[in-house]
Amino acid sequence: MTRFFAWFALIFGCLYFLLPLVGMTEFSLKMRRGEYSFDAYRRVFEDQRFWDTFGYSLALSAATIVVGVLLVVPTAYWVRLKLPQARPFVEFVTLLPLVIPAIVLVFGYIRLYNTSSVLPLTGSAFGTDFLLTMGYTTLALPYMYRSVDTGLRTIDVATLTEAAQSLGAGWITILARIILPNVMVAVLSGAFLTLAIVLGEFTMAALLNRPAFGPFMQLLGANRAYEPPALAVIAFAITWGCMGLMQLVTRLSKHERAKA
Amino acid sequence: MSFLTISHLEKAFGSNLVVKDFNLEVAKGEFISLLGPSGCGKTTVLRMVAGFETPTSGSITIGGQEVTGLKANARNIGMMFQAYALFPNLTVADNVAFGLKVKGVPRAERESRVSEMLNLIGLAEMAGRFPFQLSGGQQQRVALARALAPSPRVLLLDEPLSALDAKVRVSLRNEIREIQQRLGITTIFVTHDQEEAMSISDRIVVMNAGIADQVGSPFEIYNRPTTRFVANFVGTLNTFAVKVEDSAAGKVRLGGALLTLPPGLSAGMGAEMAIALRPEALRLGREPGYETVIKGWIEEVHFMGSIIRLRARVAGELVVMDTFNRADQPPPVPGTEVEISLSGKDAIILNG
Amino acid sequence: MAKDTVRRARRRLPLEWLGILPFAIFAVLFLILPTMRIVIGAFQTADGSFTFQNMLDLNTPSIVNAYWTSIKLSLITAGLGCAIGFAMAAAVVFGGLPKGVRSPLLTFSGVASNFAGVPLAFAFIATLGPAGLITIWLRTEFGINLRGMGFNLLSFWGLVITYLFFQIPLMILIIIPALDGLKREWREAAAVLGATGAQYWRMVALPILFPSLLGTFALLFANAFGAVATAFALTGPQLNIVPIKLFAQIRGDVLGNPNLGFALAFGMIVITVIANTIYIVLRVRSERWLK
Repeated sequence: MTRFFAWFALIFGCLYFLLPLVGMTEFSLKMRRGEYSFDAYRRVFEDQRFWDTFGYSLALSAATIVVGVLLVVPTAYWVRLKLPQARPFVEFVTLLPLVIPAIVLVFGYIRLYNTSSVLPLTGSAFGTDFLLTMGYTTLALPYMYRSVDTGLRTIDVATLTEAAQSLGAGWITILARIILPNVMVAVLSGAFLTLAIVLGEFTMAALLNRPAFGPFMQLLGANRAYEPPALAVIAFAITWGCMGLMQLVTRLSKHERAKA
Repeated sequence: MSFLTISHLEKAFGSNLVVKDFNLEVAKGEFISLLGPSGCGKTTVLRMVAGFETPTSGSITIGGQEVTGLKANARNIGMMFQAYALFPNLTVADNVAFGLKVKGVPRAERESRVSEMLNLIGLAEMAGRFPFQLSGGQQQRVALARALAPSPRVLLLDEPLSALDAKVRVSLRNEIREIQQRLGITTIFVTHDQEEAMSISDRIVVMNAGIADQVGSPFEIYNRPTTRFVANFVGTLNTFAVKVEDSAAGKVRLGGALLTLPPGLSAGMGAEMAIALRPEALRLGREPGYETVIKGWIEEVHFMGSIIRLRARVAGELVVMDTFNRADQPPPVPGTEVEISLSGKDAIILNG
Repeated sequence: MAKDTVRRARRRLPLEWLGILPFAIFAVLFLILPTMRIVIGAFQTADGSFTFQNMLDLNTPSIVNAYWTSIKLSLITAGLGCAIGFAMAAAVVFGGLPKGVRSPLLTFSGVASNFAGVPLAFAFIATLGPAGLITIWLRTEFGINLRGMGFNLLSFWGLVITYLFFQIPLMILIIIPALDGLKREWREAAAVLGATGAQYWRMVALPILFPSLLGTFALLFANAFGAVATAFALTGPQLNIVPIKLFAQIRGDVLGNPNLGFALAFGMIVITVIANTIYIVLRVRSERWLK
């Protein structure tokens, strides 16, 4: 009886999840009347804006990951090593982006950093890109921080630091050559998750008016019929790729640790 | 008159037969231990009695009622688990009350029974605490109270002491035995620790590879093991090669001496065989009344308090012997040549 | 001596705290100040003086309706997401399904929970939209006209169905480790004490899982409440939910009064804060038995 319900729940769930994937794939292949073809994909790939926006979002992902790592690794390390009393504050802040909707945050950015403010970031393209990167960093913050903090828990931060200090290493050396390599798996898995989040992000990029991949997809969706599902298939493949890479680094590191 | 009867019980997981033709009759109020190495099937037998596993064949009856096909929650059995298994979300009192609550016992009755149980285990002042606030030993005592609260017909103990540290283990073991005797509850105790089994049980079932090798009192199991497995598994043994001189009279030759064995020798005249002697059957020095004296060299001395365990080399083999500590007589030092007395009447005959 | 300690503590404290200064600056600039700006702006007139008028202006049928729809949407998708995700997770952990099911389900959940936003809307349009796979299949094979039956993907329930695509997997990802944490001995101890399966779940398993369930529900609620992209790509600006209204307001000032936008955003903050306060209070109460 239990097994019957178990199979029922699973099959019902799988149907719900698989049908939209089948639906979008099937639709994306129907551009040519009467036969399946990859025309929609060819159209997408021939569109220069696809490459431009995708490249732009990729670059922003990279910037977000770099900022995120530079921000999170030293902070998480320092909190573990010297400032355990700051933990509640830091954890509270890292959870805020899960509570405050992105659209509210970006609204605040627009009003706070507009052209007539002290820090007119939205006044230039570069300033807006910077602001968007910071916005993405806040979106990724909960995941990045948790991942790195869990990674730090598995190593003895205090002993490693003291050992490095006794050998004459400075803070930068310790962080870059001792701590970072030891939490590399956590950083990488946080990075791939960030990549997945940033590549498809719509709200912040649209409201800051930057040519990112998310707004491009939305624009295409509003004007075309067959390209959007093709884009959805591509986006799904990218998400799957990011998650796959995330699992891969975790599995490889487990393997490594088992060998050691 | 047996209260709990297990007959021809078998359990197979796939093609792997883990319990083979297991038979046991337990009297009311008896404390029985299932003793054996891990994987011998003792836990599987217990889990079949509890109702967590369905036997492949055979039957289990409790107080005349056939329970083999009954679900676990209809058997009225109490059980203690190895890993405490207290419900972490309930207080000590609520844990103990659990079995009564699901039976629909009225609140007032429930409360008086709970305080009775908590007094029994001496944790009345912990009633409002949660399990994580208790030590391992306290948690296990609460688990005992929880198991006993609904007045079960049988109490099952699945290695309840093995997660505890040595001191607590001994005191809790005595407490369990004392409460069991006071309530007169029929109990089956699963353990791989022979000392635990011997100190606490009325009878022991030694299990090996799914079979009950021997059933008997601790005294019988230790002194008269019927199989080589039981002899080896329970206690320490020193084996000696002997030659049968007179099988009817039980006389064998060990070196130059003739030993008279207890009854039960089956090997024929002139046969080479082995006898075994417990460490305490070997005596240091020349003892009157012992049949022979052999020479040995002390290799190790372990002072354990009331007992001193010596390892000596005798004719190329290491033997283990226990002697009592005596304040006026320091133990020999390693390297000393010593004389060891032994006697055929203490020997365990290892047939086959 | 006491004075000495105090002085040393005072001197040492700032140096140690310098270590998290970059993080603190980041938090202030990109999380706290923007939020404060909205809170303050919600109580200001266009020229900066204090007013309650923006709050009062929220009380129009259209805005109240938007909030109500948003809350309903978030509650329903969080509730259904929790229930269905729980059923699937329980099926995999306790249902006696083959072991090979578990790992693919977890991987897939990781992907699906991140497959939100614009492409998700496309996938559902291609499946349940007017020309979607299922819509056409039902019409040609069975003569069932979804539209005729009142179903419209670009509606509240269409949005619910779409949101569940990322809500359910998120629940599965969080609850499977929690279900794994339920020890077999608890179930056996309950059974041997005479409890039925239902009694075990009601008295032991669910109370133990309650904090995780509650936390996930709160997360799913916030997840749905703030989501813009999926709804926008699915329905465009016409669906009346708060994030879409705010989105339109930021883009084109459709409400006329720019400070009404602040009030709208402030309302969103208030609701998520209330939701999280309820969550924290319930969690503290349900976790007395935890370390």
